[in-house]
Amino acid sequence: MDVSKLNIYPLGDQAVTIQLSDQIDPSTNQQVMQIFHYLQNQSLKWITDIIPAYSSITIVYDLVSLPPPSTFSSRYEWIKSILIQNIESMNTTIMFGRQIKIPVCYDLSVGPDLIELSQHCKLSIEEVIYKHTQQSYTVYMIGFLPGFPYMASIDPSIQMNRKAEPRQKVPKGSVGIAGAQTGIYPMDSPGGWQIIGQTPVNLFNLSTPNPCLLAPGDSVEFYAISLDDFLKIKSIENA
Amino acid sequence: MSIQIIKPGLFSTIQDEGRKGFQHLGINPNGAMDIRAMQIANALVLNDVSQAILEFYFPGPVLRFTQPAVIALSGADFSAEINGVKVSINQPLFISPNTIIQFGSKKWGQVGYLSVQGGFHLSQWLNSYSTNVKAAAGGFEGGILKPGQTIDLNVKTSNKDTSKEFSIIPWKGSVKDFYHSNALQFIPGYEFKKLTASSQELFSSSVFSLLGQSDRMGYRLKGPSLELSTNNEMISSAVTKGTVQLFPSGQCVVLMADHQTTGGYPRMGHIIAADLPTLAQKTRNDAIYFKPTSIDQAEKLFLEQEQHLHKFTNACSLQLDAYHRH
Repeated sequence: MDVSKLNIYPLGDQAVTIQLSDQIDPSTNQQVMQIFHYLQNQSLKWITDIIPAYSSITIVYDLVSLPPPSTFSSRYEWIKSILIQNIESMNTTIMFGRQIKIPVCYDLSVGPDLIELSQHCKLSIEEVIYKHTQQSYTVYMIGFLPGFPYMASIDPSIQMNRKAEPRQKVPKGSVGIAGAQTGIYPMDSPGGWQIIGQTPVNLFNLSTPNPCLLAPGDSVEFYAISLDDFLKIKSIENA
Repeated sequence: MSIQIIKPGLFSTIQDEGRKGFQHLGINPNGAMDIRAMQIANALVLNDVSQAILEFYFPGPVLRFTQPAVIALSGADFSAEINGVKVSINQPLFISPNTIIQFGSKKWGQVGYLSVQGGFHLSQWLNSYSTNVKAAAGGFEGGILKPGQTIDLNVKTSNKDTSKEFSIIPWKGSVKDFYHSNALQFIPGYEFKKLTASSQELFSSSVFSLLGQSDRMGYRLKGPSLELSTNNEMISSAVTKGTVQLFPSGQCVVLMADHQTTGGYPRMGHIIAADLPTLAQKTRNDAIYFKPTSIDQAEKLFLEQEQHLHKFTNACSLQLDAYHRH
């Protein structure tokens, strides 16, 4: 990978961020995920966390396990050079994410912002649901809450900014819109996204070894279900 | 063989050094707000410094120990009492069965720690004992302590003299190497240079205080309103403990142990890890100042603290050894 365009800076004294661009686009995110998987496989013992995001990746490290940086001014500078070497020598491969279909109930009882969003977008509720379900979305990153997928990009005609005042409690499974992004709350949480529906599927499951349903690189499609089906699936999921 | 929670206090949780290696799943590290106080509390009872401890806020919990144990308190000083007798923090305490520990008034600091020799009998979630309240996982039953709960202990120690209610080793650990009252040092964040020149100046020259909404997720600062010279929307990326984010209101928050893994607010700076214990112990009455520093200085200070901890741990074993042989 060409490292000359990478923007590398410290995120405090125990983490370093590598920013690939300041855009949200699938090819940059692919590169982020390639670095993520490559570094994971290197198992460098001083790395404690690798956090991929839309167009950047952050490496958290353990200062104590690092040797004194003989030819560098700091351990940070040493780590930066190691990371650059790794990324330069990395083989780039095309990665294929999984295709996942997620049922969503767009009933007004679980989509409290549907009316406001449809008025804001000057569309009918049916048109909003159609536009939200007619394409697939890339999972760019997992963040904010355990298992919360940041997906993009939704049709410009149904985009709306976050609420001015976040809700105290957004219910688990709520499907929301924030600008060009769509996301799902894996658990009850305060939140400011515009809520247009709810999925009965669990996105975060404590009892499984890999607790998150989705991973960056996955491709997600939503399909509309009735309130009856929503309640049925939900009771099976939580049985 | 347990601790009974008579009163849970405020936001009392089990924490350790934090959950590492799962932030890519949105699972934040959690862990003790003041890592050094947690390690000191453990060192005082000869535990591994990374052992799980009980973290609490004022007015603190009321706890009954059903068995003899060696315990220690560190971090904030809430005027602890054992069976009504005042005891000091940063000192190993040998207690007999049916001992009650409770707290009086707030003397110093914000967040207190209680360690028990041998630790709590709990299971890990994703390699850590830290409580993740959002995911309702880790710690004790995945949440904050509640009245009537009983936490089992892995106690291996016996009180040397069970005829007394409790005994105190006549020795107190010094924690002066871990806290200071100077300006908190920060490494400028990536968006710091996007502040107007006068706001950059204000950040390092003004006095800040903590707002009441401060909690384990973040310490909300009250200070001069800071302004960006350009206001372009940021794309979310990783944040860390100590990251100072600027809200659209012009006020800042310092992210703490329960921070989100990613964020989209401009990053003014990152409080250096060596100063996070000092920050964690700030209360609403404290004046807070910031001053910029370099990455090599931040690393040097952190590694010096590690050395101090190492010495502290050795001193604890020597003192307890001497006490047992006495």
